[in-house]
Amino acid sequence: MGATVKMEKNTTNPLTKEQKGFLAMKGWKLKTKQQELLIRVSILLLVYVLAFITRLFSVLRYESMIHEFDPYFNYRTTLYLTQKGFYEFWNWFDYESWYPLGRIIGGTLYPGLMVTAAIIYWGLRFLRFAVHIREVCVLTAPFFASNTTLVAYFFGKELWDSGAGLVAAALIAICPGYISRSVAGSYDNEGVAIFALLLTFYLFVKAVKTGSLAWALASAFGYFYMVSAWGGYVFIINLIPLYVLVLLITGRYSMRLYVAYNCMYVLGMLLAMQIRFVGFQHVQSGEHMAAMGVFFLMQVFYFLDWVKHQLNDPKLFHAFLRITVSSAVGLGALALGVGTASGYISPWTGRFYSLLDPTYAKDHIPIIASVSEHQPTAWSSFMFDFHILLILFPAGLYFCFKRLSDATIFIMMYGLTSMYFAGVMVRLILVATPAVCLISAIAVSATIKNLTQVVRSKPKTSPSGSSKGATGAKAAAKGSFDQSLPLERNGAIALLLGAFYLLSRYAIHCTWVTSEAYSSPSIVLAARGAHGNRVIFDDYREAYFWLRQNTPPDAKVMSWWDYGYQITAMGNRTVIVDNNTWNNTHIATVGRAMSSYEDEAYEIMRSLDVDYVLVVFGGVTGYSSDDINKFLWMVRIGGGVFPVIKEPDYLVNGEYRVDKGAAPKMLNCLMYKLSYYRFGELTTEYGKPPGYDRARGVEIGNKDIKLEHLEEAFTTSNWIVRIYKVKPPNNRW
Amino acid sequence: MNPRMAPRMQSVVRFLSFLACAIPFVAILGLSFSPENPTDRRILVLVDDLAIKSSHSIYFKSLQSRGYQLDFQLADDSKIALHRYGQYLYDGLILFSPSIERFGGSINTAAIAEFVDSGHDLIIAADESASDLIREVAAECGVDFDEDPGAVVIDHTSYAVSGTDGDHSLIAAGDFIKSAAILGSKTVEAPILFRGIGHSVNPANNLVLKVLSASPAAYSANPKTKLANPPAIYGSSISFVSIVQARNNARVLISGSLKMFSDQFFLSGVLKAGSPIKHKKSGNEQFLTEISKWVFHERGHLKAVNVRHHKVGEVDEPLMYRINDDLEYSVEIFEWSGASWEPYVANDVQIQFYMMSPYVLKTMSTDQKGKYHASFKVPDVYGVFQFKVEYQRLGYTSLSLSKQIPVRPFRHNEYERFITAAFPYYGASFSMMAGFLVFTIVYLYNK
Repeated sequence: MGATVKMEKNTTNPLTKEQKGFLAMKGWKLKTKQQELLIRVSILLLVYVLAFITRLFSVLRYESMIHEFDPYFNYRTTLYLTQKGFYEFWNWFDYESWYPLGRIIGGTLYPGLMVTAAIIYWGLRFLRFAVHIREVCVLTAPFFASNTTLVAYFFGKELWDSGAGLVAAALIAICPGYISRSVAGSYDNEGVAIFALLLTFYLFVKAVKTGSLAWALASAFGYFYMVSAWGGYVFIINLIPLYVLVLLITGRYSMRLYVAYNCMYVLGMLLAMQIRFVGFQHVQSGEHMAAMGVFFLMQVFYFLDWVKHQLNDPKLFHAFLRITVSSAVGLGALALGVGTASGYISPWTGRFYSLLDPTYAKDHIPIIASVSEHQPTAWSSFMFDFHILLILFPAGLYFCFKRLSDATIFIMMYGLTSMYFAGVMVRLILVATPAVCLISAIAVSATIKNLTQVVRSKPKTSPSGSSKGATGAKAAAKGSFDQSLPLERNGAIALLLGAFYLLSRYAIHCTWVTSEAYSSPSIVLAARGAHGNRVIFDDYREAYFWLRQNTPPDAKVMSWWDYGYQITAMGNRTVIVDNNTWNNTHIATVGRAMSSYEDEAYEIMRSLDVDYVLVVFGGVTGYSSDDINKFLWMVRIGGGVFPVIKEPDYLVNGEYRVDKGAAPKMLNCLMYKLSYYRFGELTTEYGKPPGYDRARGVEIGNKDIKLEHLEEAFTTSNWIVRIYKVKPPNNRW
Repeated sequence: MNPRMAPRMQSVVRFLSFLACAIPFVAILGLSFSPENPTDRRILVLVDDLAIKSSHSIYFKSLQSRGYQLDFQLADDSKIALHRYGQYLYDGLILFSPSIERFGGSINTAAIAEFVDSGHDLIIAADESASDLIREVAAECGVDFDEDPGAVVIDHTSYAVSGTDGDHSLIAAGDFIKSAAILGSKTVEAPILFRGIGHSVNPANNLVLKVLSASPAAYSANPKTKLANPPAIYGSSISFVSIVQARNNARVLISGSLKMFSDQFFLSGVLKAGSPIKHKKSGNEQFLTEISKWVFHERGHLKAVNVRHHKVGEVDEPLMYRINDDLEYSVEIFEWSGASWEPYVANDVQIQFYMMSPYVLKTMSTDQKGKYHASFKVPDVYGVFQFKVEYQRLGYTSLSLSKQIPVRPFRHNEYERFITAAFPYYGASFSMMAGFLVFTIVYLYNK
């Protein structure tokens, strides 16, 4: 906590003004309660601002632009929404993507993000702020990250006390696991979804705690917002029933739980059905069946309770219980079996399976496995994203166990399940982050509180660590004095200092990670030059601009699906496949074309009316996430649908190589040819032979590449993007 | 290009002022090939020997009488050029120079290929002395002459009886392609006299067609030597005359005999071996004149105009259709008669509504005045469709029209509302609401 404030002093000037004001106010002699409120509000305010500004590195370093791949689609749709209005957006049939299939945008996206940004945009316009929609989109994620800190505060307060809430807010504000998906420009669903997720959980916990219909209703709306924003809502609709089930089993069933869950489930389900993309999944898909099962179980439970109340004879009740429970379970199982067998209830999707069984995707769905963020998490990235929270997490769990309540049981379950999922998929670290922050905050808060109590047990020594110990001081004010030895006190001071040291290391680590790892837009690449200077490769935008300026408006561009959204959003050209990977066959067709010989690929491209082919090539710059490195996935995905493509044909003794020892099919497939066309003439590095691929560190195996059906149309200045034109069929043949 | 070369047009108008110069220039241009007026006008004839001009005069006269301007040049003349300042000087090229080893000026195989690829027509005639260059040009068009340098086509069954020829290399051929568009409506009665080398068509090339092929007994060999090996090409795979219609509708004629164009062959009588009828005149003149009409686009040239489509009951073309819309499509097709565009009448023009495969394939009805029309329902599938007319008929230029049109699904408010089947659901929800209200009142105010 203290560390955060320290960092703010370093980074922002306007804040110090506030702090001065705070100091001035101190002279006015406020009552303790008021003082505490003031400190709490100002800390929250600072955290709120901090959460926003720490995400602005990329804007300051590059420019205000949209990052990555998916955000370009979100941006394009938001633009459409603001220009054409909601109904046009809702009914938008986009014929520029997935040529020739087209895509019903309104029915295949989660509109929450776009609508949110559009409302902010319209609001600002209404207030006469002449902003561009792009600025709104760029800053939506940081804005929602700030809001998340507020929710985290209230959640923490609900779970433990307001001290824990403040710590949680501060931790989540700068936690890299969350920043990775919410820096300025990362205009993606997750940006608002984490806010919605935490809000829903908070409101539900509140509803369970109070048993109030109003809170349950609020949590249903929170759930609705989450459903509208991100497919990760499935986590909520499975975690909450699981939580309810655990409460039922542990004998913590109460009327409050009954009210909260039923209201939340029924209303949340009805609201969620309003989202076209979700539709009837709540009653038809296997992933949502747990919630429904628990809903019915709850009714049975309540009914039994009532019967028990009516029947005074315990023996009779037991007989009744046995009959009811067995018939209820039997009925439920029968319904599920019939539903699944008749196809009314769809089976679990591949993504869901791959969460439960991490090896599933690798064996069955290469398209899921091919995405880097779907890989299992490495230990280092846990450390990278959580830092000390990883150690504090178990400590927090310990504190939660010590003070079990409905709320702490919830956060424990959230923490443990999401930690498991975070281990399965890299991207799900994001979902685990709020839980980890909250549980760690409990640990930090409880520890500091205990320590400061020890420190302050001797009446009036030094006020332990000035404003930094705000939480500690407040906690101490509440706490009771107990007798302690001086040695214990010194130890406590040392531990306190240690805790502050750790927290300041956390702040430094977070800032460093944000600055170095998570603030690059990935569409503009940066590298260190020979003299340590920053070199910018703006090849992607150069290529998309070329496409927009130099190709006919109805030209169709074939590329691997990663670049689809960017080509439509920036190049404004029709693409064959894009990042919305809903049609595996279509993607496999492109993968097949890329991994076939040129004349076979030509037939495929002709059948898809392809005019241009775009490949990304890193051999000149050493950019490693290029198409050659992704190529095996194209082969796998293509081969998954078209068995003529066989992975071993591209490998030599199971090894993937592009040099002289590469497989003959590899050396002559379309992707190889397009990537390395004329590359053999180029000397990339001093002292190396021409055609030395810097991304893979080898001299390429086929330097004499002749293209028959394609011709080079454009290559960007650093060769990162290469565009080829598909020639019309030979005139005389 | 040679700077000393004075273009023909300018030499004609050299005595005129610069201003007056422009008028005939425009006039000549106006006569040339254009999409609106597709018949060729300016033709370059390259010969080995200017004597060919007189020995083949009937053929050339027939061309000139049909309005072609023939420009005779020696094939090795250093001044010849196909284009100048980025403009082609000719619409057609006749290569009657079988023995040329190297063209003069800037003409080479690639230039001729490019000439064809930019939509111009070509006639190649070779003979026993065919040079590698001519073979190469023919190979560019998908035709392979027999590689044996001394080989000619020999046929011991359907040769033309003559006093001088003993080796049966003068052939009376009669195996024509069946196409009125190529050979004219009048059938060629008399056999065609042919003496020269045979060729085979490249099976990889599906644009090349054999117009006049040899009988099954023919083979290609050197008559002067003993046949040591089986002949490279034999039987009906030997083609005497082949045509190519390139994808851009440029037309090419390839013949293995220059003599078949000559006055001598045009005028001589023919008696086919084993045939009782002696024809007074060979079929060469009729055959080659008719086929030159085809090559130079006097016949079999189609154009499609006025492509229209709209919803039934509307006039304007929409930017997008909705699934299950009823629409109408029409196109007008005309054929060039050599002088004017005449309505093309056929009953086999089909329209496809196409997205990766045709969802609708329908034969269009015609009003006999060139207008083709079809109306159909858009399939219940959304996507980016194309209206496709792929009309490829033997001897006609290929029509390939495609027009992209997206088909969208229903909008949220285009579905049918208040359908009878849904009344139970309406009843359920309204009774639920009413019941809830009653229940609330009873619960709150009872007791």
